[in-house]
Amino acid sequence: MLKILFAVPSKWRILWKRVVSELEIIGISSLFIVGLMSLFMGGVIALNTAYQLTTPLLPDYTVGYITQQSTFLEFSPTVMSLILAGKVGSNIASEIGTMRVTEQIDALEIMGVNSLNFLVLPKIIAAMLFFPILIICSMALSLIGGWLALQVSGLINTEVYVLGIRSFFDPFHITYALIKSVSFAFLIVSVSSYYGYYVRGGSLDVGKASTQAIVTSSVVILMANFILTKLLLF
Amino acid sequence: MIEVHNINKSFGEVQVLHDITTTFEKGKVNLIIGQSGQGKSVLAKCMVGLHEVDSGNVIYEGRDFTSMNRNERSQIRQQIGMLFQGAALFDSMNVEENVGFPLSMFSTKTSAEIKKRVDFCLERVNLSGKNSLLPSECSGGMQKRIGIARAIAMNPKFLFCDEPNSGLDPKTAIVIDGLIKDITQEFDMTTVVITHDMNSVIEIGENVIFIYEGKKWWQGDRRSIITTENPEISNFVYASEFMKEIRQNIQNTRS
Repeated sequence: MLKILFAVPSKWRILWKRVVSELEIIGISSLFIVGLMSLFMGGVIALNTAYQLTTPLLPDYTVGYITQQSTFLEFSPTVMSLILAGKVGSNIASEIGTMRVTEQIDALEIMGVNSLNFLVLPKIIAAMLFFPILIICSMALSLIGGWLALQVSGLINTEVYVLGIRSFFDPFHITYALIKSVSFAFLIVSVSSYYGYYVRGGSLDVGKASTQAIVTSSVVILMANFILTKLLLF
Repeated sequence: MIEVHNINKSFGEVQVLHDITTTFEKGKVNLIIGQSGQGKSVLAKCMVGLHEVDSGNVIYEGRDFTSMNRNERSQIRQQIGMLFQGAALFDSMNVEENVGFPLSMFSTKTSAEIKKRVDFCLERVNLSGKNSLLPSECSGGMQKRIGIARAIAMNPKFLFCDEPNSGLDPKTAIVIDGLIKDITQEFDMTTVVITHDMNSVIEIGENVIFIYEGKKWWQGDRRSIITTENPEISNFVYASEFMKEIRQNIQNTRS
C-alpha cells in the first residue's frame, strides 16, 4: 500500500495543484479553531498555575515559565493534534469514504489513475507542511492567552510573565514540538485515509469509518507521543 | 474485441462466476443481461480489473489483462471508458472539469485543446453550454450523459456501461440507449453494457450474453432472444403478464 501511495505521480503539476487545494482545506480552514482553542487553553494553563503557586519560595515568573513549558512540550503539539484528528481526520475519512461508496474511486482506477496516490498523497504533504505552522500559531496564541488571562485577573504583571516565558528557554523544545507535529500530521492523514479508502457499504458505514478514524488517530497519536517523548527528551 | 476465457470468481465460500468464456465484438453493443444477483456486474468488474479473477483470462485485443502488472494495466485502462450506475462524477468538480479530467491526467494537450475536446464531447451528448454546472445541479439523465462524455473524452477503444438506464424514465432511457449505440458505431468501440432492462435489449442488443447463476447461459442477438425456448431466458424476457401475453401472440402467429 505504501509503495502505491508514494509512487511517482504521473503529473507533478496536478500533484502541486492538489497540494495547494488541500493546504486550504486541511490547514487554513483549521486556523480559526486552533487559534481560539489556543487562546483559551493558554489562559487556563496560566490561571491554573497561578492558583497552584501558593508558596512564597517560588518566584512569580514561574507562572510564565510553566505556561511556556506546558505549551511547547505538550499542549500545542499533542493536544492540538488530537483536536485536529477530530476535525481533519473525520473530514478526510468521510470525503474518501463517500468517494468509495459512490464509485468515484473505482472511476479513477478505471481511468488508469493511481487513486491512493492521487487522493491521499496531496493530503499527507499538505498536512505535514501546514501542521507545524498551525502548531507555531498555537504556541504564540497560547502564550498570548496566558498573558491576557493574567492581565484581566490582575495576578502577575507583563514583565514578570515575559521573564518567566524567557527563563530557561531551550530552542530544542521548539524542534521537539515541530517533530511531533509533523509525525502526528502523517499519522492523522494516513489513518483517516485508510478508514475512508477501505470502507464498504453505504452512508452509515462512512459515518462509522469516520468515527473509527478519529478514535484510532487519537490512540495512535498518544502512543506516538509517548515514544517520541522518550526518544527525543531522554 | 475483448475475449474472456474460463473466468471463475468467488467471494469467500460463494462462487459467483463459473467458468465464463465469451467474446465481446468490436463496433457492436454487447449486452450482459440477467436477473439481479446473477453476477453481471461482477463479471464486468473482473473484466476491468476492479475485482481480481480466481482463474481465467481477459484479453484486450490480444493482450492478456489478467497477467499484467499495475503499470501495464494502467496503459490499457487509459483506453477504457466506463459509465457507472450512479454516474460516479466527481462532486468537487464542475461538468467541464469532470469531462476533461482524464485528458488533464494523461494527455499532453494544452488547456485550450482540452477545452475544445470537452466541448466536443458535451456537444456529442447534447449538453453544450453546461460546462460550469456542478454534478449536484444536474438531473439523473444529465449525469449519465456527462458520464458518457467523460468516458469518451480519451477516445477509448472499449466502453463499459453499468446499468446505464437505472433510475431513468423510459424516454430518457431510450435517449441514453441511442447515444450508446451511436457512439459505439461512430468511434468503432467495443461496448459492453450491463443491464436487466429488456427495452435496452430490444433497442441496442447486437450481441447479448445471458448470465444465470453465475454461468453464461445463452448468447445471441436481440431477435433470437425473443424467440428462444430456453425456460430461464423466457422467464426473464417475459417476466410480466403483459410480456407473457405478447409471447402468446407470437406463438399464435407462428402456429
